[in-house]
Amino acid sequence: MENQKRLPSGEKLYKAFLYLVLGLLALTILVPVGWVFLASIKTDPEFYTNPWNLPVSFYWQNFVSAWNAAQMGQYLINSVMVTAMALGLLLVVALPAAYCLSRFRFRGRRLLNTCFMAGLFINVNYIVVPIFLMLRDGDAFLRGIFGQGFLLNNLFVLAVIYASTALPFTIYLLSGYFSTLPHDYEEAAYLDGASHFKTMVQIMLPMAKPSIITVVLFNFLSFWNEYIIALTICYQSSTLPVGLVNLMQKQNAPGTYGQLYAGLVMVMLPTLLLYICVQKNLTKGMTVGGLKG
Amino acid sequence: MSCFVKKNIKSNRFITLCTAPAAILFVIFMVIPTLNVFRMSLFKRGAYDTTETFVGFSNFEKLLTDTAFIRSMQNTLLLIVVITIITMSLALIFAGILTREKLKGQSFFRVVFYIPNILSIVVISGIFSAIYKTEGGLLNSIINIFTNLERNILWKGEDMVMVSVIIALVWQALGYYMVMYMASMSAVPQSMYESSGLDGANRVTQFFQITIPMIWTNIRTTLTFFIISTINMAFLLVKAMTDGGPNGASDVVLLYMYDQKNNGVYGYCMAIGVVIFLLSFALSALVNKATERQTLEY
Repeated sequence: MENQKRLPSGEKLYKAFLYLVLGLLALTILVPVGWVFLASIKTDPEFYTNPWNLPVSFYWQNFVSAWNAAQMGQYLINSVMVTAMALGLLLVVALPAAYCLSRFRFRGRRLLNTCFMAGLFINVNYIVVPIFLMLRDGDAFLRGIFGQGFLLNNLFVLAVIYASTALPFTIYLLSGYFSTLPHDYEEAAYLDGASHFKTMVQIMLPMAKPSIITVVLFNFLSFWNEYIIALTICYQSSTLPVGLVNLMQKQNAPGTYGQLYAGLVMVMLPTLLLYICVQKNLTKGMTVGGLKG
Repeated sequence: MSCFVKKNIKSNRFITLCTAPAAILFVIFMVIPTLNVFRMSLFKRGAYDTTETFVGFSNFEKLLTDTAFIRSMQNTLLLIVVITIITMSLALIFAGILTREKLKGQSFFRVVFYIPNILSIVVISGIFSAIYKTEGGLLNSIINIFTNLERNILWKGEDMVMVSVIIALVWQALGYYMVMYMASMSAVPQSMYESSGLDGANRVTQFFQITIPMIWTNIRTTLTFFIISTINMAFLLVKAMTDGGPNGASDVVLLYMYDQKNNGVYGYCMAIGVVIFLLSFALSALVNKATERQTLEY
């Protein structure tokens, strides 16, 4: 009898302890992120006082000078363009390939599947130097013919590389989904005289919408956030994260703290907004692969 | 018959058109660069001319006596071991708690814990630079509330920099794996816990005897990829936050490779690339072998 009475209070204590731990963990994430937002509207002298002071006023000038003086505006446009081009290209290339690899039996299918699976183990940062050298040699070759090269410092080339190196993961995820769809739909379409292409575009792709959304979300995040390849092959006018790295390296110069935190907000705000809108899709979609790019 | 042949030709053309672009891009930007890593490691190539001279394994011999390389390798291995152990155990424990206990605000915690994973690693290193700043940094000012520090801790100084990198990388990875394990743990049938509860098993026993074995396949896959991911994430964070400093105290092997590219010694750079490839394959194979268990069915 006594035992039963004591148990619930121990249980309560245990629950309270859990809430405390989980709450502290949540704070270690929310506080630094929130602090950056507050810091982005502080004036420069405020950075030399207690960091926990709230901003005195909304000092928007940080964003203006990050946008103009630190060229973050241009970098933002570049980032939007590269991400959009890379995503478009990736879908155009990966969707038909994943569809064929999962729905048709043909010679070379197993070889292709194995190659793409092996590609999952190749991290793009392992091969960034040969890619850079390939483009630089290509430029030297083109300069010999046309008088100038256009492979390095080209946003489109950067987008192509993003799309190409995202292929293994994307095809793996999409063909996993395609192979779960029943064959009846295609057979019915063929009987009605639809071509392969029409069947794929009008019947199968709409059915794969959930996995396409997952693919777009994951790749948006990785393209938007990437900085090593952009830094290596697009060093003249690059993407937002590269601009941010440049700002961080200038950090010791006076008057750049505000710019830096404004830049941080500019890079993370789009991803945070997207996350708030689609967090259900994102955390659900990740269970399919168990992979991280 | 002729109709069948025609259809087959059409099928083949469709398949070729669909798979060729992906295959070509994959070969140009992944297969060829990977092969080039291995080929160029045997050559010597300078910064400004494209001529390559075959030097055999001399690039690798040089690596054995390069103390900066050895240090970056030690740092990398240390990071892999420590970060894997901390992240995986914390992720499993928290996921176990959040799926098993009836707590309020579960989805709130899940949403918050996932946030670091959507941030660019450059943003994360910016955030941690603010946290680790010596004067007026967030961490030092919190510590100062509890005990008055005589001297502020140099979080990015030579002694503490690896600890700082480990904290940042665990912070970055924890939520992702927690959410992933929560998803697979919630698929474990409730009846298993109920029957073992009747047998008198407590929470800890249930966690080790039911939860962990039931999601073992998932743990294996994530571990394999986590190692490759840690080699890479450590590079991305260190490059943006400390650039390997001070004095190479936080150098990691991928960053050392990248710096050789900037030094213009491409053959040597690629030899390090080969070591990284072999290291990550060897570690993946090792983990895969060491975690082999009979899979449970339910």
